[in-house]
Amino acid sequence: MSSIRLHHVGHAYAAGSYALQPADLVFEHGKTYALLGPSGCGKTTMLNIISGLLQPSEGQVLFNDTDVTLVPTARRNIAQVFQFPVIYQSKTVFENLAFPLQCRKWDRERIARRVDEIAGMLGLSDRLGRPARGLTVDEKQLISLGRGLVRDDVAAILMDEPLTVIDPQMKFELRRRIKQAHAYARVTVIYVTHDQNEAMTFADEILVMKNGRVVQRGTPETLFERPLNPYVGHFIGSPGMNFLPLERRAQSLALAGLPIAGVTTHPPAGEIMLGVRPEHMAFTDPSDRDGFPAMIEGIEDHGSARVVEVSIGGHRARMKLSRDKAVPPPGAPLAVRFNRLCLYVDGELLE
Amino acid sequence: MSLQLHDIGLVVEGVAHLDNIEVEFERGRLTTVLGRTLAGKTTLMRSIAGLQRLDRGTVQVDGRDYSRLPTWQRDIAMVYQQFINYPHLNVYENVAFPLRRKNLSEETIRQRVDAVLEKVGLSAFERRRPSQLSGGQQQRVALARALARESDILLLDEPLVNLDFKLREQLRSELRSLLTQQQHTIMIYNTTEPVEAMLLGDTVVVMHDGRVLQIGTPARVFDYPASRAVAQVVNDPPMSFIEGRKTDTGLELTRSVTVPLPPHLRDLANGNYRFGIRANELRLGGSTLQGRVTFSEVSGSETFLYLDAPTGPLALQIEGVHVLEEGRNVGIEIPADRLFAFELDAGERLLAAPATGAAS
Repeated sequence: MSSIRLHHVGHAYAAGSYALQPADLVFEHGKTYALLGPSGCGKTTMLNIISGLLQPSEGQVLFNDTDVTLVPTARRNIAQVFQFPVIYQSKTVFENLAFPLQCRKWDRERIARRVDEIAGMLGLSDRLGRPARGLTVDEKQLISLGRGLVRDDVAAILMDEPLTVIDPQMKFELRRRIKQAHAYARVTVIYVTHDQNEAMTFADEILVMKNGRVVQRGTPETLFERPLNPYVGHFIGSPGMNFLPLERRAQSLALAGLPIAGVTTHPPAGEIMLGVRPEHMAFTDPSDRDGFPAMIEGIEDHGSARVVEVSIGGHRARMKLSRDKAVPPPGAPLAVRFNRLCLYVDGELLE
Repeated sequence: MSLQLHDIGLVVEGVAHLDNIEVEFERGRLTTVLGRTLAGKTTLMRSIAGLQRLDRGTVQVDGRDYSRLPTWQRDIAMVYQQFINYPHLNVYENVAFPLRRKNLSEETIRQRVDAVLEKVGLSAFERRRPSQLSGGQQQRVALARALARESDILLLDEPLVNLDFKLREQLRSELRSLLTQQQHTIMIYNTTEPVEAMLLGDTVVVMHDGRVLQIGTPARVFDYPASRAVAQVVNDPPMSFIEGRKTDTGLELTRSVTVPLPPHLRDLANGNYRFGIRANELRLGGSTLQGRVTFSEVSGSETFLYLDAPTGPLALQIEGVHVLEEGRNVGIEIPADRLFAFELDAGERLLAAPATGAAS
């Protein structure tokens, strides 16, 4: 069982400014992780430290409790998939997939069996005899992945934005294949992406990164339901989470002058905000005691849903309503209620 | 006052790339052209711009025949998928460039460029080079240059497709308010994404295999897709189709699964049809039939499930982010009152649609 452990690992390309802030992290065997964030957040730096392409300026990298900080990439037993397919153009698909096994001196029959098995799972069986050169980019990317999967000794497969150059129409199929491969191989995968949908689709656990730091780590559901800060709340979900400032009263918290029920009445000191997902808001009767008077500012038709922008005492929020739900006519007095909400003090989730 | 395409046709190596296109684009309205890759959207746009030689048909603007005019004599601005800017010019000069060729005074140019940069939120960046900007900002520069020209026709060919998910979401909403201000421009916007077509378009033109399949308001096209092909193009996640038989009392969806006959399908003659259901109308946890999850993915705030079921493959959308492992068996409910009915013949025309949701 191979876990990957980062012990106080940090990296500064130039003295004084960290691309990756020193931190402790553990990646467990057999799970899929996504490092998610915008360019410059440190996600590729972290990946390159794990692969050994980059030596961290501080800390240790441990594979199964063995310190590999100074071990070169080639001896770390990892497989890598990059943005662009890296394959042997002149070799056939079979030869590409067999190569890592030949290097490990597997016998021919065992190689053939293993390559057949992995090719079958990736949907490449009917192309095994073809030269890799003539294949489409998405097929080539599957070969890159397959070369990691055929091996039975990999500590992890590291993937760096593998869908970037794939035609939008082919992305769906490739997402499906990659996910099947993970489920089948049960190998540790660390997947770098700036795309929240890819991260949420593939990963058992996501590490959301910003300015060289992991700002939240959790399952896709946790990031969606309980974002630790407004950054994650905005970044995950579409539209992102709404954040509305609350006022402190003697016996309650209030939104736009009206007390808000069902939340703590004495949060710790600091600026306090309510966070609510657009899908957790609903229109309600103006007489509803848990409702807040609101005005409709705009409606976007998204097909199966409508996104309605409302203002609540001057604060804007977006609601997402299924198409079969009525939107009150313009000018009608209306109120909205919050079916589920989170509280934030100075930008941090109040547990 | 409009742009009219009449009887446009183009055949390349025996394949019809554009087939008998009849569309009218009105001034001050944004028309979205929705279709998959290779539907003919870009070819249609190139025809309007005069970049594509046609086998037949005419392009008219306000009654004037454009068909033989070279591109430079057509008053057209275009924004492409790729972020195309002059790399050696700063943002201000990029936007001013087409205006300089019009012999406008420096003051007029300054006013127009300032106004447009303000609109697209780039006022603070006018001295930067495109390479010093993010992808979203680069595409805003291209858009600003197109808007500054104040041309008669504005063509936008999937302008957001190369942007990150969050940026696309933001620019989509911005574009909507930006383009509704262009009251004298004929605006055409190509997209493969149904949400984008619905949200931006005053009118949606649905294209497939070089043909126009349907023209209508977003709500009309969504609620009454004229054929199965339209339903496939305007739904993402895809609409699921089930071949079944209508009897006096119910709908037989498989040999063992029958659902009660919903009121909106009562007038159909008894017989075989292809029924369609949207991903967000299928429900989990019912007992109508059992399915096995083959793939699940998260998109924004929704989870899409792809299932194998006795009725054939189904796509189901659930609100929120959920993890459902591939291979898991789930119960599915098919609400009969949400079924579309299409004929089984070649045309696969829509015969009946479920009642539409509450009016907006």
